[in-house]
Amino acid sequence: MTDFRMPSLGADMEAGTLVEWRVKPGATVKRGDVVAVVETQKGAIEIEIFNEGLVSEIVVPVGGRVPVGTVLARLEGAAGAREPAAPPPLPPPAPPVSALPVTPGRPRISPAARRLAAARGIDIQRVAGTGPAGAITVADVEAVSPAPGAMPPQRPGFDPAAMRQAIAAAMSRSKREIPHYYLSQTVDASAALARLERMNRERPPPERLLPAALFLRATALAVAKTPELNGVWEDGRFRPGDGVHIGWAIALRGGGLVAPAIRNADRRPLDDLMAALRDLVLRARSFALRSSELSDPTITVTSLGDRGADAVLPIIYPPQVAMIGIGRIVTRPWVIDGTLGPRPIVAITLAGDHRASDGHRGGLLLAEIDRLLQEAETL
Amino acid sequence: MSASASVPMPQAMTYREACKQAIRAAIIADPRVFLMGEDVARYGGCYAVTKGLAGELGEERIRDTPLSEVGFVGAGIGAAIAGMRPIIEIMTVNFSLLALDQIVNNAATIAHMSGGQFAVPLVISMSTGAGRQLAAQHSHSLEGWYAHIPGLKVLAPATVEDARHMLQPALDDPNPVLIFEHVMLYNREDVLDPNVTEVDIVSAKIRRPGRDITLVTYGGSLFKTLEAATALQQDGIEAEVIDLRVLRPLDMATVIASVARTRRLVIVDEGWKSGSLSAEIATRVVEEAFFELDAPIRRVCAREVPIPYAAHLEQAALPQTAAIVAAARGLVRGA
Amino acid sequence: MNAAEAKRLVFDVLSRIAPEADLAVLPGAAHMREELDLDSMDFLNFISALHERTRVDIPEADYPKLFTLDGAVAYLSR
Repeated sequence: MTDFRMPSLGADMEAGTLVEWRVKPGATVKRGDVVAVVETQKGAIEIEIFNEGLVSEIVVPVGGRVPVGTVLARLEGAAGAREPAAPPPLPPPAPPVSALPVTPGRPRISPAARRLAAARGIDIQRVAGTGPAGAITVADVEAVSPAPGAMPPQRPGFDPAAMRQAIAAAMSRSKREIPHYYLSQTVDASAALARLERMNRERPPPERLLPAALFLRATALAVAKTPELNGVWEDGRFRPGDGVHIGWAIALRGGGLVAPAIRNADRRPLDDLMAALRDLVLRARSFALRSSELSDPTITVTSLGDRGADAVLPIIYPPQVAMIGIGRIVTRPWVIDGTLGPRPIVAITLAGDHRASDGHRGGLLLAEIDRLLQEAETL
Repeated sequence: MSASASVPMPQAMTYREACKQAIRAAIIADPRVFLMGEDVARYGGCYAVTKGLAGELGEERIRDTPLSEVGFVGAGIGAAIAGMRPIIEIMTVNFSLLALDQIVNNAATIAHMSGGQFAVPLVISMSTGAGRQLAAQHSHSLEGWYAHIPGLKVLAPATVEDARHMLQPALDDPNPVLIFEHVMLYNREDVLDPNVTEVDIVSAKIRRPGRDITLVTYGGSLFKTLEAATALQQDGIEAEVIDLRVLRPLDMATVIASVARTRRLVIVDEGWKSGSLSAEIATRVVEEAFFELDAPIRRVCAREVPIPYAAHLEQAALPQTAAIVAAARGLVRGA
Repeated sequence: MNAAEAKRLVFDVLSRIAPEADLAVLPGAAHMREELDLDSMDFLNFISALHERTRVDIPEADYPKLFTLDGAVAYLSR
């Protein structure tokens, strides 16, 4: 017998309201299944389970508001209990019914589902397959992202005032507890933009990349080399992350902000990261994020985009220990081989938690991002 | 009663009787039409399709031939070129192999070789398929071979209605047309709609609409496939059943439109898998509709053995309803 | 595609990206990205949706031509 408890979806969460059960007593669940929807200050979040077993009892009924850690349901035959911070659901392994070779790491997905996922910008790594041999089908993609026009009705429970309160609490705590240091580096973005222009020229719009995808990839690779900045500060000491899980700050239309995780961002190719970005933005704005996405980030990135300010000095999201800001790309005079010329440049900034790291390490991180962006062709 | 007397009544009829009525009507309607083959006149046909017709229509129009497929098919080709509209009956597709040279090298090519000067408006009908314990030399389904040949049209009537009405458009067609009658269909009975007086020999037909999976079949396997669709419905799976009707040229537009709706395809064919009609359909769907597919294509076909004589082995070698159900369920449910 | 169809299509796509916006009062010559607060991802989704619905290829170099409602309608009804 194992207890399934109200998870903590960030340091600022104290309680949640159960708005929907996706399983009934007697149901068999496996790691990664979405079993409930919980209303938090960040809106309604799909809650995943990290055990296998049989749901023997639903303890908290729909409508119940309970503190983090409260038992929501009981499982029989559950093993390997591990609270949040577990990897997202991978497509289930293919049962050995077919003679087809299974390529490790490559998700099994039908042609129609692949086309649909591309059209809707869905990251297929996040879709669990229910088709033949565990393949991802059209229905699986649609379950993650309904057709445009059939956008999910705004979930119950999103209250802009409550989100404001949550941001206020988290940011106040950050400024109260975290001794920030700030660094800034101005980077020549011409190599990155040249690569994007060349790639996008040959692609239809749904497959095109934004500069954000290149910045994300360069940042993730640099963070992987600077483990002191990737993790959380808990109980008076630094605990490194179990991977580079980049929280991507997404502004919600009408106000508010969430920063769900792109897991193992340093190990994912460019197109994959772009798909992940599109998927996260879409789901964040339709309030269909999952619990692990909110509890997982090990560092956060905010990219201001082409209508933002030139530079940002970020406030670290606790308990993380660093945050990276990417400003707007602007054309400015730049010295090239001793003469002045116009160049697209971007200010990349870092806020670091001085308890966990020193400015020198932070500087190395920014320098590495710069170096990678100068070699954008290889990113 | 007088008002309804002029309205034709729906009539129950066997597939065998429908074949016979089709021949009878065609011969009465057109003096150029005649039928010839082995044992068709005095004996009445090995499946009794022409029983009694020789007495009614005369042995000029229903003609017994010597036991030489190459001879009487060749004679039919000559008669067709000379202006007649012959129906050649070959006992089974297995015996048609003796006439392959006439069918493939002559009937199918003469219009082409003569620069369009000579058409061969010939109809060849034959039985096909297994299920009557006639053993390997009388039980194979070789219609897929003929569907390989440009210059031929290949029909596979599965319903009583098609058996009754496909012959006339086949005779009207300037090309040689092969009609395959599955041996297990002759005794099937159905009510013939008197308002239907003609059918096309161009299109496949949706025999049962459904949204979850497409089952493509033809001929003798149609009814097993419809049974499978009924069983699947009890599982909540709505199967669409397509009867190809015409094996060459294939009406892929109907198949692909269906697959685009259901995104899943099972092909049921009593032919073997290797180098077959089912392989051709699967390939065309992959070529033309790859991105519509939401699951691999599956085939339910005869086992790759000569069809056995023993009843239990014969049944084990043929596509059966349970196998169709299992294949479809696997694609929809992800078994 | 005529101008009326193009305008309907643009409104349909925009209403999904910015559901809260009142498109009826969107000035034809105004910069849509400013007016509707579209970030670069929103704008890429806008272009992608137009491409998927019309099959018109819209190279990046042409993006500025679609910054206004009038411009987008003119581009699609060329």
